Amino acid sequence: MQLKHLVWRELFERKNQLATSFLAILLGIAVIVAIKNITVYSEKAVARELDALGANILILPKSASLSDYYSADMQGEEFPEEYVTRLATSDLQGLDNLSPKLSLPVELDGKRFTLTGILPKQEFQAKAAWQGAGIFSRPEGCGTVASVPGLTPAPPKETLVRQRVIETLNDNEILVGADVAAALKLKADDKISVLNRQFTVTAVLPPTGTVDDARLFAHLHTVQQLAGKGAALNAIEIVGCCDQISKGLVAKINRLLPEAKVVTITQIVDTQIKTNRMMAQLSMLFLGIIVLVGGASIANYMFANVYERRKEIGTLMALGAGSGVVLRVFLLKALLLGLAGGVAGYVLGTVLAVILGPRIAGVPVLPVLWLGPAAIGIAVGLSLVASYFPARRAARLDPSTALQEI
Amino acid sequence: MMKLKSVTKHYQHRGKTVRALHEATFDIPRGDYVAVVGPSGSGKSTLLLILGGMLSPMQGQVMFDGQSLYDLAPADRAALRKQKIGFVFQTFNLMPYLTALENVQVPLLLAGIGETEQQEKAASLLERLGLGDRLDHKPSELSVGQQQRVALARMLANNPAVILADEPTGNLDPETSQTILGFFEEVNREGKTIVMVTHDPGAARRARRTLQLLDGAIQHNGSVERQPT
Repeated sequence: MQLKHLVWRELFERKNQLATSFLAILLGIAVIVAIKNITVYSEKAVARELDALGANILILPKSASLSDYYSADMQGEEFPEEYVTRLATSDLQGLDNLSPKLSLPVELDGKRFTLTGILPKQEFQAKAAWQGAGIFSRPEGCGTVASVPGLTPAPPKETLVRQRVIETLNDNEILVGADVAAALKLKADDKISVLNRQFTVTAVLPPTGTVDDARLFAHLHTVQQLAGKGAALNAIEIVGCCDQISKGLVAKINRLLPEAKVVTITQIVDTQIKTNRMMAQLSMLFLGIIVLVGGASIANYMFANVYERRKEIGTLMALGAGSGVVLRVFLLKALLLGLAGGVAGYVLGTVLAVILGPRIAGVPVLPVLWLGPAAIGIAVGLSLVASYFPARRAARLDPSTALQEI
Repeated sequence: MMKLKSVTKHYQHRGKTVRALHEATFDIPRGDYVAVVGPSGSGKSTLLLILGGMLSPMQGQVMFDGQSLYDLAPADRAALRKQKIGFVFQTFNLMPYLTALENVQVPLLLAGIGETEQQEKAASLLERLGLGDRLDHKPSELSVGQQQRVALARMLANNPAVILADEPTGNLDPETSQTILGFFEEVNREGKTIVMVTHDPGAARRARRTLQLLDGAIQHNGSVERQPT
């Protein structure tokens, strides 16, 4: 027999008291796990929506009007391309998918369109000064989601629509919006002359319902040459990390670029912030409740257990157990209780989240594995802390009062 | 083996001082078998606890094998109990959730003995006490006499030099009492020192000596002729 056998056998001796404490931990942990699990998938879902909407931060010239978010870069105002370097080399967290743009009005077959210069990712990667600045390395779950259930990745060139950036774009390549393609009867690999320069259509972008459908996208530096304005930009689009936006990313960009105007899709970000804040507050609230109720229940159970087992503790001491052994007996019991409560709480909470998540948050929810160790850690920690004083009381018990019959 | 020198212990109970033991001085040589008798509240329990290193006296000294028991650290006293002292309780104090075998294993577990040796030794002791067919029974599945025999096996597990018994026959029928007292005589003959608190004059007569306590003071410390059993 080992000490753990002794503890294990005693654990089931007083089943009713044990059940109360176990239930307190189980329910508390289950609720926290369920909320956190739903929150994780809710955040992923919102991030997916933001991703679908495209950039959520826009850097514009100071004098630009904000009457139309999607055409705010077509007002003729400009600022230097050097702003991109400042952003890329800054230590700001939460910036990703920087997309500097310069737009020009163009007329093709008698129809007016907009030629927009964009910078592909390859240009960022080619610039040593921009490497390691954190851009294009945004963690999953913020803005763009690397893997979203039910979402198939877009073809390489069409990522422009969703992510506001594309991987590669050569000087003579052009992407055309859905309306442009329809009006000019263009398809992939067609040739087109814009501002007296020949381009090859590398892709026709899917319709977005925005002004982008009436745009043509070429390499930024090519458009800058055609405009004859040097290294100038109309706008920089950024997919900012929502968590970082809530922590004041816009204000930080403003401080970095005081000459520019920084705007965000505030309503969407506000919704995200509010959802996240509410979930975080709920998690903290339930964590507080489980610490108070669960902790009090365990402590109460342990104090009662020590009181009921005075004679047994006295007997153990008479048989030669030191206070360290008695302390271990009770803390081992607390450990087992916490382990069982944590594991069962994780399982129940996950089941609740998977079943109720779609109804509460309207998102499909799958188990989150990392919540398992976290739940067990909280349950065991709580159980040990709540049991420490009762266990210490047991260890310090006067055996002469414990063995009253002697 | 054990020596008490002017040992005094008083309790405070509801504002009043209770004299549990007062200036008690006596020797218990190795191999002795002492019956401690006296009315309830006379200090018998206190004496047993003090001898077992579980209740420190207010004054005086308790020597165990030439060592001052209460000058030892609590952990060392616990270790000494584990190695040299065996307790027998009136209500047996068995762990209700453990089997007979496991109950006897407890002191062996505390002594750090491996599981296999624990089981072998505990089974052998229970066999000796006639409980070889009750190894897997819990206390609630045993008769009172059988429970006391499990307690005796547990007490013997670490082969203690001294046995401190509190009313070991107090809850037993006459026949089982005789068996237990016979067992005490047997282990006493093997060299173990026994101090037994009892209300039963018949049980007291089975000891080599009787120590009478009255209001915390030793009244009589002499030899008693052993009665034929």
